[in-house]
Amino acid sequence: MSAADWRRAMNLQPPRAGAAGGPRSGGASAPRPRRQLTNPVRVRHVLVLAFLIAYPWFATPFFTFQIGAQSLALGLIALSLTFLAGAGGMISLAQMTVAGLAGYMVAIFGTAATNGVTLGWPWWLAVLIAIAIAVLAATFIGWLSVRTEGIYTIMITLAIGVAFYYLTLQNYEVFNGFQGEQKVFPPTLAGLYWRDPVPFYYLTLACALAGYLFVLYLLRTPFGIALQGIRDNARRMRALGFNVTAHRVAAYAVAGAIAAVGGVLFTWYNGLVTPGSVGTGWLINILVIAVLGGMRHPIGAFLGAIVFVLLQNFAIDVFDRERFNLVIGLVFLVIVLFSRDGLLGWWAALSARMSTQRGGSPWTAARKRLYAR
Amino acid sequence: MDSRKKTVVRALVAAVLAVVSGAAIAQAPPVKIGLLATLEGPFAAGGQDGMRGAELAVKQRNGVVAGRKIEILKASSDAKPDVAVNATRKLVEQDKVDIMVGPLSGSEGIAVKEYSKTQPNITFINGSSGAQGATLQSPSPNFFRFNTDGGQWMVGVGKAALEKGYKRVMVIAEDYAFPYSQVQGFMTEYCKLGGKVPVKAWVPLGGKDYSSVIARIPKDVDALVVVLGGADAVNFLNQYEQAGGDKPMVGGSITVSQDILNYKGKRRDSLVGTIAGAPIADAYDAPEWKAFVADYKKNFPDGYPSPSLFALVYYLNMKATLDGLEAVKGDLSDGQKKYRDALSKMVLKSPVGDVKLDANRQAIGTTFITEVVKDSQGNLYNRVLKKIDNVNQTLGIPPAEFKIGSRDEPNCP
Repeated sequence: MSAADWRRAMNLQPPRAGAAGGPRSGGASAPRPRRQLTNPVRVRHVLVLAFLIAYPWFATPFFTFQIGAQSLALGLIALSLTFLAGAGGMISLAQMTVAGLAGYMVAIFGTAATNGVTLGWPWWLAVLIAIAIAVLAATFIGWLSVRTEGIYTIMITLAIGVAFYYLTLQNYEVFNGFQGEQKVFPPTLAGLYWRDPVPFYYLTLACALAGYLFVLYLLRTPFGIALQGIRDNARRMRALGFNVTAHRVAAYAVAGAIAAVGGVLFTWYNGLVTPGSVGTGWLINILVIAVLGGMRHPIGAFLGAIVFVLLQNFAIDVFDRERFNLVIGLVFLVIVLFSRDGLLGWWAALSARMSTQRGGSPWTAARKRLYAR
Repeated sequence: MDSRKKTVVRALVAAVLAVVSGAAIAQAPPVKIGLLATLEGPFAAGGQDGMRGAELAVKQRNGVVAGRKIEILKASSDAKPDVAVNATRKLVEQDKVDIMVGPLSGSEGIAVKEYSKTQPNITFINGSSGAQGATLQSPSPNFFRFNTDGGQWMVGVGKAALEKGYKRVMVIAEDYAFPYSQVQGFMTEYCKLGGKVPVKAWVPLGGKDYSSVIARIPKDVDALVVVLGGADAVNFLNQYEQAGGDKPMVGGSITVSQDILNYKGKRRDSLVGTIAGAPIADAYDAPEWKAFVADYKKNFPDGYPSPSLFALVYYLNMKATLDGLEAVKGDLSDGQKKYRDALSKMVLKSPVGDVKLDANRQAIGTTFITEVVKDSQGNLYNRVLKKIDNVNQTLGIPPAEFKIGSRDEPNCP
């Protein structure tokens, strides 16, 4: 939900005779329908869902697994950052750290090939413990960093991420150092090996969809509304009696849970987790994915992940094979340079233009323009 | 505008003609070979030279084997196993290569070997990865390695060290699979012949500060066994010099390469006399080696003055790939069964002597013991002290008793 949406949500009763009643009256003078708690299901939602479900039936195993499933798992990790940054205004670079920690915990409590610790507990127990520990860690990271703002949040979360990287690199007793944990695979259940392309794709799709809908729902709950209020004006929210710190720490915990699920899936996807999986490269990649997609709506994380994964795989085909990183950099540059909010920014600008051209209702046009900022 | 259009049309026609005529010459469809090396990350320079080595093998056959054109599809990783598997999976499943050559580094090799088990109809040939586990532990029936591994590269160094009078040594090595293998290759022989290793210091890859390690060097050791690569080696040498150290050294396979020998510092002269083991020796005087170096220099004026270890090893593996194709006349039918049989039985003629494979499709080959000497112009280079042929992966130990090298294996304090 964007800032403008939030303002409208906080301003449900429009001022009658044009009197300046609400705290913010941006765009409030237009007549508009009463806001619903859920968006109506539109044709495009059904189409996208149908496409996602049918995808493995016409895509090759390569496209199902390496492009589809990887995008969804990475998108889930990026979703946690989109939620934190988009709704909470807190840019945390440690989301991959939380995800990687969950991956390590699955390997440590479950089964892995390692010289460190691996307890060999049943997979479901290992996954539950992994998510619980990751949420605890995320809460701790949040508790440490909520007292800071803007660039200082980035710095402190980066420091935590790098510290964890060196911990995994140099600790042999638990994390098995440079080699990390190998052969961390999902279980075989109901006669299906869950790392085969099609089952794994549906597994990531289910988790990604659940995470996406959960964030959408959360943004409309009182907690979500208050969080966005804190993002826009923390002092005011404090004055209104909200516990700003508690809301922010809770947001970190929620984001931690989402990142943990994504981390477990991503570890299963790779079949391993090593210090390289939680290095600075990946910390920044998650930020790149979130920014590429756009942070105004949770779907941005997945759009960003798709573009990122496609570029990682195919940039080498469209350009001189030794210089392909140049293409990746250029595409990122073009997207962020020409849109203030990644791909979603382009989409909003495009649909705003379309609706004015088609002569949509004045309200829709106004809303779209507002949305496009 | 018109003339530009004409040029475009001409170019198109030319392109079409080129494609058609190319097809006419080659007749049979081309063989697609995927080539994976690290063009990013810590081994980017090594990866580039590895690609040069592989390209050289293709160029020597003018890009055609048994009437089939060779099409090389390159991909890059950054020495991380997950990136290497993603790049390999793309080449195999999306670009549909017939044969896969790569990757470069140890843990990548183990991960690609595991992946190769899911693609039984494709043949995987190693690039330059040297971890023992890739072929020794749960080997894959379609993963071949025509280069010897990190342990094999150090065979004979233990004996040479004792001959120099080093009875007690301290090991300083990076803390991951490849140096474990190197230290094992050294210690297996050294301990058996009565040498003692009272202290082993495992330092993180990419470490900058070696003062704590230097402080731990015991007074009564005769020499240091230094298995560090690139910048790590230079940092250690500088700090050891500043600390006033004067112990002689024994080097790993990538410790006393050309880039280290050319570093500036007082300590440089004390490198003279350092012995090391490697699958390559710059000053080897066999005609095959000299021809290989000349060919490398002619084809890659932008390359190194002499091919690096990575160039040689990628060359060996690519040459084996093409020689195998020649042996079966380009026949890759029946899930490449014939081709794999040919590879298993092949004796590879290489610039550093013959290479053959063991039952795990792992190379048995030559190791060089080298010593750093100073030439008349004051440049340091590696003189060949000894050449040891037919080094096998278990270093002469029966396979049942052989344990893969680790921090604590072997041990003789």
